[in-house]
Amino acid sequence: MIEETKRIGMERFFGSYQSMFFITLTMFIIYPFVVSDYYIDVAFFFGIYALLGLSLNIVLGEVGLFDLGHAGFYAIGAYTTAILNTKFGVPILILLPLSAAAAALFAYLVCSPIIHLRGDYLCIVTIGMGEIVRIALINNPFNLTGGPNGVYGIDFPSFGGPFVIDSSIEYYFLIWIVVALSIYGLIRLQNSHIGRAWNYIREDEVAAGASGIDVRHYKLLAFVLGAALAGVAGNIYASKLMCVSPESFTFWESCLMFCIVLIGGMGSIPGVLIGAAFISLFPEIFRPFAMYRMLIFGTVMILMMMFRPGGAWPRKRGGIGFASIFAKKDVTDD
Amino acid sequence: MTDFNPRNAQPVVLETRNLSKVFGGLTAVNAFDAQVHKGEICSLIGPNGAGKTTVFNTVTGIYNPEKGHVIFNGNDITGHKPHHIVSTGIARTFQNIRLFPTMTCLENIMAGQHCRISSGLWSALFKSARQKHEERETRAVAESRIKQIRLWDYRHELAKNMAYGSQRMLEIARALATNPSLLVLDEPSSGLNPKETEDLMEFLTGLIRKEDITILLIEHDMNVVMGISDWVIVMDEGKKIAEGHPEQIYHNPRVIEAYLGSNDR
Repeated sequence: MIEETKRIGMERFFGSYQSMFFITLTMFIIYPFVVSDYYIDVAFFFGIYALLGLSLNIVLGEVGLFDLGHAGFYAIGAYTTAILNTKFGVPILILLPLSAAAAALFAYLVCSPIIHLRGDYLCIVTIGMGEIVRIALINNPFNLTGGPNGVYGIDFPSFGGPFVIDSSIEYYFLIWIVVALSIYGLIRLQNSHIGRAWNYIREDEVAAGASGIDVRHYKLLAFVLGAALAGVAGNIYASKLMCVSPESFTFWESCLMFCIVLIGGMGSIPGVLIGAAFISLFPEIFRPFAMYRMLIFGTVMILMMMFRPGGAWPRKRGGIGFASIFAKKDVTDD
Repeated sequence: MTDFNPRNAQPVVLETRNLSKVFGGLTAVNAFDAQVHKGEICSLIGPNGAGKTTVFNTVTGIYNPEKGHVIFNGNDITGHKPHHIVSTGIARTFQNIRLFPTMTCLENIMAGQHCRISSGLWSALFKSARQKHEERETRAVAESRIKQIRLWDYRHELAKNMAYGSQRMLEIARALATNPSLLVLDEPSSGLNPKETEDLMEFLTGLIRKEDITILLIEHDMNVVMGISDWVIVMDEGKKIAEGHPEQIYHNPRVIEAYLGSNDR
């Protein structure tokens, strides 16, 4: 009897979550048709930060590796796009997977020797990695990166055919479709043995190894996947701005991504979206107080750490969360 | 110790040959030779700092020994990575409980089956048939293990919220979920009350009876050691100083000396 009431209550709860999901989705589709171009662009950059947050969330949130050099991977993706497009005329959308692959390969090569480092040590090495990428770009190696000025004249996204993405609305849909696909894939991973292996490592690395998890392999996989997603973000970012320069990939950018994951909740996908919204929309809403921006930002961070250290929307275990919208009911309870 | 020993009729599961592990100037394990036979409960005892846990960590791949070999079922596994050693069939628990605190009990136990999963990234992304099958298998094994330790009702509870005794059992269940042929337990009864210790002893002897498994344990509680061990190995200062049946060890003057000290010191 009690079981039965519980089940019905549970179904209602799921029902409400599902309807909430569809309302949000509809709002996302209608939004760009009712607001001005400026607000569409704000939503576009929200999408870019969401993608960057999701990419860092794999490394920082799921596996608990302190990576403060994520802007390095972002830069590799953006510059791969910029150089191959301006020098060889490769269409942007064909470069999308290529930028991801370039960033992933870079992550694999750079992270292989440092992957055994823990906590702060890894953090310091990744800061160095991010800075080296940025300084290398400034130094204009092989005359490819254009030094401090960067690379100009990047095309609109296309496959080389007549289909060209050249308006704010189309950019908006491009980034949010990519974000939606990434979220879908990441939820799949979270609910698979790979997501669990990542979490085991975050919780206790030694115990994970002793329970049969190849710690090194899964840490590298997280870095490679995270870098690939950051590379995708770099590709879209480069074509939106039509130019890339080293200033866009500073340590501050890595810090912002870090904040997105911390504000939202480590390992929580809806949390990352909230964090990204906070980071990208906050400066727009508080434009009149622009000079106090850092003050407010710092205060919010301190208050978060004091009163909600788990983030705005921490991931719930074995219970109800964003993931269960897609999961079958019997997975969460039987 | 030289008389006939039915133990020798069973094949050797685990053997350490001349095993040595040095930390800086300290020789934690010094030329340690031991054999564990199939189907027995073998206890490793000794005073604090004797090197018991170091032996465990060397056997399970957490440390690399300076000298000597670890032979498991006839294969040399010296210096292999922990996850590889788990997949060959040695599972362990830790002296201070090491669970995954903010994951559920069921997820904790599912970790054990991980080494039996062969599907990779793409199978997980696209939910291949093999991946689905392996997920079901993992869940089924974890569920049967959590029933075995009688914590079924708590399967969706976070591990950190569980009582201390339950956490110990969870760790053992996680080790058992790897389908091991050798279970290595580091002080399983520490921190348990007498009733829980009793239950644990019953659980372990039941395990030996029902499953094709061998148990090697470090233990300080002499009631446990004398109550369930088939064979006892005594260590002091990194060396093996005695081994034999529990009764033999109980009266061995060298063992008493190692624990209590001798008069002429």
